[in-house]
Amino acid sequence: MLAIYKREMKAYFSTFIGYAFIASFLIISGVFFTLAVLAQAADADVTVYYAGVIYSFVVLIPLLTMKLFTDEKRLRTETVLLTSPVSLFSIVFAKFLAAFTMFSMTLGISCINLIPMYVYGDQNTMIILGNLLSILLIGAAFISVGVFLSSVTENQLVAAVSTIAVIGLFLVIGMFSTSIGFTPLRVVLNFFSVFNRYTYFTYGIIDYAALIYYLSISVLFIFLTVRVFERRRWA
Amino acid sequence: MIHIENLTKYYGKNPAVNNISFDIGDGEVVGFLGPNGAGKSTTMNILTGYLSSTSGVCTIDGIDILENPGEAKKRIGFLPEVPPLYPDMTPLEYLNFIYDLKKCTLNRKKHIDEIISVMRLGDYKDRLISHLSKGYKQRVGIAGALISNPKVLIFDEPTIGLDPRQIIEIRELIRSLGKNHTIILSTHILPEVQAVCDRIIIIDKGTIRADKATSDINELAENKKRFTIQIAGPRQEVEGVLRRVEGVQSVEYLSTSKNNGTLYRVQCKPGYDSRKRIFTALAERQWPIMELNTLGTSLEDIFIALTSKQ
Repeated sequence: MLAIYKREMKAYFSTFIGYAFIASFLIISGVFFTLAVLAQAADADVTVYYAGVIYSFVVLIPLLTMKLFTDEKRLRTETVLLTSPVSLFSIVFAKFLAAFTMFSMTLGISCINLIPMYVYGDQNTMIILGNLLSILLIGAAFISVGVFLSSVTENQLVAAVSTIAVIGLFLVIGMFSTSIGFTPLRVVLNFFSVFNRYTYFTYGIIDYAALIYYLSISVLFIFLTVRVFERRRWA
Repeated sequence: MIHIENLTKYYGKNPAVNNISFDIGDGEVVGFLGPNGAGKSTTMNILTGYLSSTSGVCTIDGIDILENPGEAKKRIGFLPEVPPLYPDMTPLEYLNFIYDLKKCTLNRKKHIDEIISVMRLGDYKDRLISHLSKGYKQRVGIAGALISNPKVLIFDEPTIGLDPRQIIEIRELIRSLGKNHTIILSTHILPEVQAVCDRIIIIDKGTIRADKATSDINELAENKKRFTIQIAGPRQEVEGVLRRVEGVQSVEYLSTSKNNGTLYRVQCKPGYDSRKRIFTALAERQWPIMELNTLGTSLEDIFIALTSKQ
């Protein structure tokens, strides 16, 4: 598993994708930080900043995941993985982990944005940590969606577009739920909404229900990806 | 070493491999022959654990590929039809990657250096794979299959797309690997199996048509004698005499040369060898034989005969 993880990490940097991801993440988060925090002076709200960052995942996460399995299929290199004594789960998880490493590393770098807040004011560190934790969880969930979608197609573009669509759906689902009169549907939509869940984290509180929700999305899509390969083998 | 029993694989409703069985012993080099879509690649993919069979048993060194895929896969080196190479790696990085992937326990540097020198990749080990020629990519692919020194090597069309010199090199390499590995090799190129393999399995439409030692196949070919013969004598009469010789099926006129007489192609009936009778018949009339060349029935003929039978 470590071999595949290392290879993926290296591939991010031997192609331009890793740099493209880091650069766009930092530019987008910098812009949101300027608008939501620096420009607001006393009304600055770090939660608004992080909400903006979460919206940007619609385009950022597919960058990380679109080529994970599509490239293996295109180059026919998946045979070397699938005929090696490594379990399907290890293959999928190694790729997930590589994407997640890139993601959390960049999130870590983006924390330099926060320095002016500490220099010029008093901050509630718990709120910031809560936001960061929720972003890590949401990122993991979205990455697993992207990993899954890259395993079902051979085409990077299809993988990217479908990942954008699914992540977009996860994000907007909660927005419209308040305007829906039909209660059961509203409850269902609220249940799946990524945003409604994450509110408690922004108060600096760990919401275990939400934690489990985000983790189960990750586990579900990793499991589905393993199933895709199992099914293909038996097809 | 390899045991396959009643192996069947359906794609949807169509059987790609239909109830085939064979055993391959230690150190055997077996050629897997068949037209496109015969089920060669499917069988190889099942053997390597890439696909699962619908039914039947497949064991490597006594280990079932479905029950204990991890252990079985450690014993196999596989080169698929398209070598599975990452273009953004160098051969050295690639071999190190495969080394880790196969959970190899041999001395890393020594083992990889050895493979690089066997495959003569020394000058290329630090270049990007995307910059290598087709022949070198193929070598890197084979090098990858050799990592961890597996007992069984499976090569799917290893010489496809290579130039003649490279083909000969790869064949020689396979022959030398055959000394201490069990090898299965699939190919369309029939002389290749004759040159490299101890045994030939011909497969068509998912079933085995023939499973014979290469020498037996060659003997099968001997059975249908064909030769060209050049005779100094009057053309019409010679042709008439040849036709009347016992066991001759057909005589075909090829060419006439001024000094050496006329060239014919003679086909004998199955099981007959009319060369001695022809000699006697011609000697009686004092028409000397200037030249006689036997044409062994090519493996192609056998192959076509076996695979076109319904």
